[in-house]
Amino acid sequence: MSYATAVETPSPPNQPTAPAVSTRRRSLNERKKARIGLLFVAPFALVFVAFLILPLVYAFYLSLYSKGLATGVVFAGVKNYATAFTDPSFLRGVWFVLRFAVVLIPVQMLVSLAVALVLDALTTRLARVARLMIFLPYAIPAVIGALMWGFLYSPTFGPMQQLAKIFGANAPFLLSPDLVFVGLMNVVTWQWAGYYMIIIYAALQGIDSSIYEAARMDGANSWQVAFRIKVPMVSSALLLILVFALIGTLQFFSEPQILRPLSNGTIGPDFTPNIYAFSQAFSYANFNYASAISFALGIVVFIAVYVFLFLTRKRGSIFT
Amino acid sequence: MTTASIDAPVGAQTTSRGNGRRPQAGSGHHIVAYLFLGALVVYFLIPIWWLFVASTKDAAGLFNGSSGALWFDETFALLPNLRNLFAHNDGIYLRWVANSLFYAIAGGAGATILSVLAGYGFAKFRFGGRRLMLAILLGSVMVPLTALVIPTFILFSNLHLTDTVWAVILPSLLNPFAVYLMQVYTAEAVPDELLDAARVDGAGEIKIFFGVALPLLRPAVITVLLLSIVGVWNNFFLPLAMLANTKLFPITVGLAVWQGQASGNNTGGANLWGIIIIGALVSVIPLIIAFLALQKYWQGGLSLGALK
Repeated sequence: MSYATAVETPSPPNQPTAPAVSTRRRSLNERKKARIGLLFVAPFALVFVAFLILPLVYAFYLSLYSKGLATGVVFAGVKNYATAFTDPSFLRGVWFVLRFAVVLIPVQMLVSLAVALVLDALTTRLARVARLMIFLPYAIPAVIGALMWGFLYSPTFGPMQQLAKIFGANAPFLLSPDLVFVGLMNVVTWQWAGYYMIIIYAALQGIDSSIYEAARMDGANSWQVAFRIKVPMVSSALLLILVFALIGTLQFFSEPQILRPLSNGTIGPDFTPNIYAFSQAFSYANFNYASAISFALGIVVFIAVYVFLFLTRKRGSIFT
Repeated sequence: MTTASIDAPVGAQTTSRGNGRRPQAGSGHHIVAYLFLGALVVYFLIPIWWLFVASTKDAAGLFNGSSGALWFDETFALLPNLRNLFAHNDGIYLRWVANSLFYAIAGGAGATILSVLAGYGFAKFRFGGRRLMLAILLGSVMVPLTALVIPTFILFSNLHLTDTVWAVILPSLLNPFAVYLMQVYTAEAVPDELLDAARVDGAGEIKIFFGVALPLLRPAVITVLLLSIVGVWNNFFLPLAMLANTKLFPITVGLAVWQGQASGNNTGGANLWGIIIIGALVSVIPLIIAFLALQKYWQGGLSLGALK
């Protein structure tokens, strides 16, 4: 295939005076180069097909069948999808991650943007240490982060209950049905805000500081410099973070899965779509339905992100 | 509050040419900024501090300690706890550490090699289907990788590959975002003229890649390697789904399983909680050391993601 296309694209057509011999050598070179380029890409392409395309296609295929005790495996068409999109468990999970994304992501971005702006302005050693400490949770696996916060929330040996006891009260249990939203938000913000902060900070450091000088000459105060110059100039970093946070949040799994045993039943087997797919697959061996949920989740996330990028019309600035 | 503190250094610069009251305002802003940062540092370090303190307590101290959850108990039981950790279940914990290291290095290095090669191929060669492949690559960055875990599990179980190290390593080789980063970086960092000059001198493509391109790509390669290794090390869903044999677990899955046992078992759980806590601490220490030692690569490299 590369052969044919390489032959079709020889030297530019609007150079009729070029000698024929050199054209042929050029196209030979181009063809050889094209082949070498493909060789460089090939190992990744193989992995890409084997572990991304193939599982997606296979999930779609599996999702079109259903398995019954009496009937065996039968073709079901879109029945699994019809079931999923009317399944209260699945819908509850989707509703939770959507609400979670809508509240969590702005909070997380505000925190990381605020910290990055402060750190960008303070260039002292203390600020450097603070930057490192705030980034530190990124090095800690989500599983361990969730475990630690689970302990901190614990009414039996966590500090929150002990603190509340001093005042003769009971600490709020952050994994109770009313508060689990806040409890999880805290864990995720703790885990990721530092990482996002570093991305914004790096973008801020990349701005040419003569722009600030010029703005000051024009009488801009620091608020104006921050909001009219700094924030707009890092908007592509912000958008990148937003997209990553969106993809990450919609496939929320590790933290609620870890906190599940500690939550006294608040976090059930259908808490997020991914947990639901996992339970369907591994607790009920319901692989066809689990595939339908996985595939639906993948498609929903893909479309959500794509539509979002299209609406913000900034696609070119992150993904050139 | 935060924004008020931003002008401090900039303000200090301009006020050095007079206006006696500004420096004071500047230092006031500094204090607000440092208080803000200090509060955040405390927030971000508290869980780690708690983990360290709790690791030094015995079961009694953990549940009924006299000095509270955030300070040391009278009995300092760090060493006995460590001994318990490494002895529990015939010392399987060390095995988990070794597994995590192995998966992270094999998967992370493999993913990095693939993405450096592919990024170079996409950035520096024109071939049929290139634009389409790049478009698919960018689209795939938006596919949630966890949605692939269950289908991959079923595929692997048909091939009898589940519950083997391959089940964790092979899917970890896939990192479309790393390819995208390498492609962007290569396009900017490796000039075409340099490659063409080497070609005119008669160097082969392999020699050009290793001799000319790779040295220029070094910072990005290190960053992608770090990101990939951390990604595999932190992975939970994939090994949780793929592995049943406890001897193959990485730390993340192992600790989660212990935690499930401890919460399910109210009487014998007390001892296990202590082991989980010290296990979490021990697993985090190498990460924190590596993280502090390699900080310049993190910070320099993460700006890659925000290129342009």
